[in-house]
Amino acid sequence: MKRQTLLLLSSLALLGGCRHSATQVPKPAAYGTQIVEVSGGKQLAQVGSPLPQPLVLQVNGVDGNPVTGALVTLRGEGMQLTPAQVLTDSSGQITVAAQLGYNPGDYQVTAETPKAGGGAASLSLREIALGYEQTVGKMVNDKYCIRCHDPESTPERVSNLDNLSPAPHQFTDGATLNRISDADLTNMIAHGGPALGKSPQMPAYGATLKPAEIKAMLSYIRTIADPPYQTPGVKYGK
Amino acid sequence: MDDNNKPAPLRSRPTLRELAYFGAVSLVLLVSLAIAPAKNYFSDWRHYQKSYLKIAAERQSGTLVRSFHGGIRQTWIAKLGVVDRCESCHVNMNGALVGATAQPFRKHPPIPHEIDQFGCVTCHRGQGPATSVEEAHYTTEAWEQPLLPAKYLESGCGQCHLGPLEGAPKLSEGRSLLSSMGCVHCHNVAQPDGNQLTPGDNPPPLTHIAEKTSREWIYAWIKNPQAYAASATMPNFQLNDQDAADISAFLLAQSTPSPASKVEIKAAAAAVPTGADASTEATTLYGASFCSSCHAVQNEAGNLVGGNFGPELTRVGNKVNPDWLRRWLNNPAAYHPDTRMPHYRMDDKQVALLSSFLLAKKDNDLLANIHLAPSTADSVARGKKLVTETGCAACHQINGVNPPQNFAPDLTRVGSRALAQVVFAPGMRHNLPDYIAAKIHDPRSFGPGLKMPKFTLTDSQTDALATALLAQSDRAASYPKELIISGARPSNYHPGGDAGKLMDDFRCTSCHAINGNGGDMAPDLTWEGSAVQRAWLEDFLKNPNTLRPALIRRMPKFNLSPAEIKTLADYISVAYQGPGFDSQTLDTHTLNADSAARGKQLFYSKYGCQSCHIADYKNDKGYVGPALTSVGTRLTPVWTYKWLKDPNALRAGTLMPNFSLKDDEARDLTAFLMTLKAKQGGDK
Repeated sequence: MKRQTLLLLSSLALLGGCRHSATQVPKPAAYGTQIVEVSGGKQLAQVGSPLPQPLVLQVNGVDGNPVTGALVTLRGEGMQLTPAQVLTDSSGQITVAAQLGYNPGDYQVTAETPKAGGGAASLSLREIALGYEQTVGKMVNDKYCIRCHDPESTPERVSNLDNLSPAPHQFTDGATLNRISDADLTNMIAHGGPALGKSPQMPAYGATLKPAEIKAMLSYIRTIADPPYQTPGVKYGK
Repeated sequence: MDDNNKPAPLRSRPTLRELAYFGAVSLVLLVSLAIAPAKNYFSDWRHYQKSYLKIAAERQSGTLVRSFHGGIRQTWIAKLGVVDRCESCHVNMNGALVGATAQPFRKHPPIPHEIDQFGCVTCHRGQGPATSVEEAHYTTEAWEQPLLPAKYLESGCGQCHLGPLEGAPKLSEGRSLLSSMGCVHCHNVAQPDGNQLTPGDNPPPLTHIAEKTSREWIYAWIKNPQAYAASATMPNFQLNDQDAADISAFLLAQSTPSPASKVEIKAAAAAVPTGADASTEATTLYGASFCSSCHAVQNEAGNLVGGNFGPELTRVGNKVNPDWLRRWLNNPAAYHPDTRMPHYRMDDKQVALLSSFLLAKKDNDLLANIHLAPSTADSVARGKKLVTETGCAACHQINGVNPPQNFAPDLTRVGSRALAQVVFAPGMRHNLPDYIAAKIHDPRSFGPGLKMPKFTLTDSQTDALATALLAQSDRAASYPKELIISGARPSNYHPGGDAGKLMDDFRCTSCHAINGNGGDMAPDLTWEGSAVQRAWLEDFLKNPNTLRPALIRRMPKFNLSPAEIKTLADYISVAYQGPGFDSQTLDTHTLNADSAARGKQLFYSKYGCQSCHIADYKNDKGYVGPALTSVGTRLTPVWTYKWLKDPNALRAGTLMPNFSLKDDEARDLTAFLMTLKAKQGGDK
């Protein structure tokens, strides 16, 4: 009985708390018609970890100019977004820190801003969480593959991609790589380009990497593919 | 029959009231008897098992339904102290039910261990034997360790894997931060195998500091080290003005003359060159000495450019005394015997050029507003007391102050600290990971009187440190010895003789590892004598050049004398020999022109070596590996052969893949590579 009362009281308190926080939702001072990404989409982080860069979004009005004081609400299943509701600043932008959830794979952030005449403009961003296997894959990638497969150069690591012909595929190139089966990709990594009649400039890594590392690399490639990779086979709902 | 003998008749019928009592009591009894089976019937795990079977049935997967064993499922691993019932609800850990995305039916992501050999709580924490969602996952009155947040999961790996671990980057980063941020100067952190983490920073001694800098700079620095250099690792002790003034007074007062102070730099102030030419020359000297391999300077865009092995030099002109800088450039070890900076052997003109170049790196406003009252005996005494209390001597050598013992709490078992022993800051969630992270992030938020200073860390560095500390648990300490995988311990190898003295003078092991001792900025030299040809080695020591087309780091030029070059080359080619580099491995007589021609075919066609290496500057563009245009002058044939066969066996962690070459292929490639000789006086 006492416990039930306690439960009742606490749920009342919780409701009160909810109502309390509900009153804290900032009131929009202006309305936009469109929400666009400035930066922060398609980032990688380990499961449960904060994304390296914040999400920066901008709300634009009818004339395409940024709108100050528009309310943006963010949602992301399994994610922590701080703040989840915020008004755009003087440059019409919001900056939100995001932390990924427990499971590896894709996370979807949806940002919404109400329009003046009702309805809402929304934007979806994709973020990627790396589990153990993808983390190992990323380390393999960063050590062995990135020099030729990534066009970005840093002072420490100058890209070799432009020196090669035919040019290697970037691993985010889902349009191409999603069509290659797991078995074929594994063979290419283990036995080199010639294993599939491709360029000998892709060396064989079968005697350098362990099978588990090749599997991890494959998993990493599949995880960061854009458009996303769909596992072949029957799909079930939740 | 005698009626009198009859006992008093039993009341034939109970009253209504009695019936009601009886009914109520029976009901209470029934209900109380039913509680246990009902609790069991309505238990969380039974609910989840039912929904699992329902999903399986919906998918018409008879095999799944038939092979399902209901009831509490327990993993018991006595040697790890694991009693886990997590799989009673998480019934689909092996992923037999394909595509389930909602918990508790998600498949466990791939990990390198079998779950039934290590259990769940080993990595995830939580209460293994619990059979309700609440008790298993969260803190209860009887259980303090809730499920570990995902971002700290790698701490589980760190219980057994005590060294750097591929696949656990956060843990490895945290461990290296414990060492490089100097945490272990004050805190004792012992691993389950008895290994004590040792500091990896190199705080300068303050015993001769009066020669190096001014009291104003010391004052500004100890007040806020990051205002001088954003990349500084020295933490902020949040000192008030008076304390900082007194400490600076004491530090100058305790300073004694260093051996360097007796060195006369002839071309001092008078000969400092000026003008645009001198500035270009100085910039060239800074570049050619590869100062930026270790020291960073902030560029105009505000980004740090350069290494973090030595201190940032953006405002070094504010810090150092010109005479001190010239003596330092002349020979750093005379001031700081354990410095990692090599002795460059610059002549007096070079010293003057470089010092004027460095002294110009200053911010005129930095010390402009600092006016300190003259130091008095009182302020010096108070400064000494503060230095002792603050624990400065835990990191820095200071005259008259001994390094404090057991200065800060021992962190050996911090990952299992009982919550009852923890003082939480107001408004904090009461769990250990949050406490550790908050303590690292802002120690003084737990109370103004606390001694731990505030370090400048990014959020991800804080998480990494918390991960490394959470690995220091009671559970780890209780594991059987055979599970523990110790990290590599640095050897105390030190080269001997005249060459050893030279190598010490040039601090070779700051960058190169030799026999397990040294840095990782430059190649390991343990087998260098087997790898390179003697003539090339002498040439390289005289005039180092980079082997890799896209590398910005290079060995600096140390201005060695011919006799010194001979001493070093002799020592390296004799002492640094690996096993099996002999004519039995490769008979060099077999390396003929035919073989070389076949090797060239293999190089360009079969193995596509030119995608990473340049063998011919006209046609090849590979930017990844070293240029091979003069490899026949540089490497020995037998090293080349063994390298081609298995690169990783000669240098662990090399990028070069193992192509599983056959013996004759490796021989032909070696023959081809040995034909690539340096042109006389030209391309090297």
